Amino acid sequence: MTEKTTKYYVPEQSKLPFIGSVGLFLTVFGAGNFIHNTTDVVTPGPFGSMGGWIMTAGIAVLIYMMWSWWSATIRESMNGLYSHQMDRSFRYGMLWFITSEVMFFAAFFGALWYIRTFALPWLGGEGVDGHKAMTSVIEWPGFQALWPLTITPEEAKQGLKASFETMGAWGLPAINTAILLTSSWTLTIAHHALIEKNRPTLILFTWITAALGIIFLGLQALEYVHAYQDLGLTLGSGIYGSTFFMLTGFHGLHVTVGTIFLIILSIRCSKGHFTPENHFAYEAGAWYWHFVDVVWVFLFIFVYAL
Amino acid sequence: MAHDHHPTGLSRWLFTTNHKDIGTMYLWFSFIMFLIGGLMALGIRLELFQPGLQFWDPNFFNTLTTMHGLIMVFGAVMPAFVGLANWLIPMQIGAPDMALPRMNNWSFWILPFAFGLLLSSLFMEGGAPNFGWTFYAPLSTKFGPPSTDFFIFGVHLMGISSIMGAINVIVTVFNMRAPGMTLMKMPMFVWTWVITAFLLIMVMPVLAGAVTMMLTDRHFGTSFFDAAGGGDPVMFQHIFWFFGHPEVYIMILPAFGIASHIIPAFSRKPLFGYSSMVYATASIAFLSFIVWAHHMFTVGMPVAGELYFMIATMIIAVPTGVKIFNWVATMWRGSLTFETPMLFALAFVVLFTLGGVSGVMLAMTPVDKQYHDTYFVVAHFHYVLFPGAIFGTIAAVYYWLPKWTGNMYSEFWGKIHFWFSIIAVNLTFFPMHFSGLAGMQRRVPDYNMMFEGFNQMSSIGAFMLGFGQIIFLGVLIHCIKGGKGKATDKVWEGAEGLEFTHLPSPAPYHSFEQSPEVK
Repeated sequence: MTEKTTKYYVPEQSKLPFIGSVGLFLTVFGAGNFIHNTTDVVTPGPFGSMGGWIMTAGIAVLIYMMWSWWSATIRESMNGLYSHQMDRSFRYGMLWFITSEVMFFAAFFGALWYIRTFALPWLGGEGVDGHKAMTSVIEWPGFQALWPLTITPEEAKQGLKASFETMGAWGLPAINTAILLTSSWTLTIAHHALIEKNRPTLILFTWITAALGIIFLGLQALEYVHAYQDLGLTLGSGIYGSTFFMLTGFHGLHVTVGTIFLIILSIRCSKGHFTPENHFAYEAGAWYWHFVDVVWVFLFIFVYAL
Repeated sequence: MAHDHHPTGLSRWLFTTNHKDIGTMYLWFSFIMFLIGGLMALGIRLELFQPGLQFWDPNFFNTLTTMHGLIMVFGAVMPAFVGLANWLIPMQIGAPDMALPRMNNWSFWILPFAFGLLLSSLFMEGGAPNFGWTFYAPLSTKFGPPSTDFFIFGVHLMGISSIMGAINVIVTVFNMRAPGMTLMKMPMFVWTWVITAFLLIMVMPVLAGAVTMMLTDRHFGTSFFDAAGGGDPVMFQHIFWFFGHPEVYIMILPAFGIASHIIPAFSRKPLFGYSSMVYATASIAFLSFIVWAHHMFTVGMPVAGELYFMIATMIIAVPTGVKIFNWVATMWRGSLTFETPMLFALAFVVLFTLGGVSGVMLAMTPVDKQYHDTYFVVAHFHYVLFPGAIFGTIAAVYYWLPKWTGNMYSEFWGKIHFWFSIIAVNLTFFPMHFSGLAGMQRRVPDYNMMFEGFNQMSSIGAFMLGFGQIIFLGVLIHCIKGGKGKATDKVWEGAEGLEFTHLPSPAPYHSFEQSPEVK
């Protein structure tokens, strides 16, 4: 691990990190004003009506920053500035980044698990030694803890019927599961082709993987339309809607990022950027894609099936 | 170092990729935040000098406590440690720089924007966040002021910064060590930081998840923390403290590492029980993940849960005790001298232990139900944070300042700073134990007449403590401008480690372009 390699590459000054910080700031500052302007009664201040524009500008700055940053690293890599040690820095960095992503999803999975295991039974009156929990008796009479939860405590109290239907597991979600699992398989074929210097297979199967990602996203969009239009299932549909859309939504966002990643990798494959010895970016993309895939498997089990 | 030139002017700082420049920026940023957060603390103490409402309306008082906590935790203590990590880790492991230098600069430059966003909320309609630094739902969701959303985004930015900083530390430590420096030869500061980085990577994303749920609850109709929709406000506390408890160790583990450098240096003995220090730190970090609900004993949870969290919490006292034992044993029969860093490190050991012991008291569920939300808790966590984290940082600054600047600071004024601080810190926080046990509640601007004496002591102490730090600022500037003459390369007679044995003072802009050999 500590063997002597060629000199470690320490980049010269770069404007990109500072530009990235400005981009992040504009994005969230704009988003804050935008949210207030669109969902709040409170007048948000001098930048209120410009929130959307500021956010768009921030995102544009971020895209410019990312484009330039990755271009710079690709250039440096192609110019042979990176040693094996540098390669390892990138690999470790990517692994720990994915770990942090796992923990981000863990927060939402943890919320789902806590709600189903503790919060709902308590709201439904489960108590100690056969005594009903008082919050249930006083606050939410008539509420029954069931999952999927289609009648919220508030609706139960008002004697309302279920206002939406839940998403079944064996339609689109099952097809999407098959698509993502297949895409992990096609990506592995491509990766093997890369190591075996089989460029046509590499390029073809990387594109196929990216295409599967796009198909997945299309079906996911269809599912959302179906949920909103036919099932009445929305983000505001109690805790079921909250967990359903936040988990699948953040997953979809990650699939989007992963798909863009794969498209860029496909183009770079065509340009011959990768060699069997030197293809960190490709592996990083593959790791990211497998991570997204594994998260989906958990989603399918805990959000759709169970 | 003939070719030790570096960029100058503003662009040196804005666009730098140098770990020393970035470390310096982190440290100054932290110091500024420390002063701003300190001013807010003085605002709190001013109001509490007497019972009754004198200066602020209660809502602004709540804003002061909230912003004081947020700024000190995320703006002062954490960036101070990242700054020290930047300065020290590459030098201590014999690396040319941090592993990912551009990302390093991005981690830093996010912070001024994040805190600009947070502080700007003070001037927004409805005021700044006022729900306590723990931002419990529904105070922060249903009842939070409009500026809460900017607070949420600020937390997102701080999280991005911390995660990138932590990834950088881990990659640097695991990939950039000089040949021969095996894991069990790494300096303790490096060990404690790499464990801290692991904690950061595991919990900052959870915090990001928590504030994201807050945001959607506030504006997009979700009901994560709303029982009417089937959610649970108590779940917020679980998620928050799953982040929050590791977070408090993030704010102390690097200080453990600092003490493990300074105490051996001024005892002129190697650290006692190095490997047990490593394992103890790792155990503390592991345990920090499975004790979070001890912050929530009064909120309602099954008895089995209370018992579990009580016992698991108390187990933390074992590895912590190992560390304290080792520091004391390091000094045993050592040839001790008491320069300023050593004084702060000793105060750290004694007063952190005091805070740790009150922590064991708080861990006991039945008594915690009495202590909860009283000034006893405030006394406890200020003892582990001020004489713990902050004294640790100050000790580190005095210890390594000659290596950073090449100049010796004024020992006389350093000692004045120390004695001023240690008297003031105890005057401020010790009486809080008594007022807390007598029943004075946290986060309330007014109080019963019977607590007046204790509160006046605390307030006088707080103003001493706050203005005492101006001495520190003076010593720093004096030292940077030349101080008391040139420092030797080794700086301290008992100093160990590559930064003292292999580098001149001041350390060159680029150190270790060729890795040193570690035997």
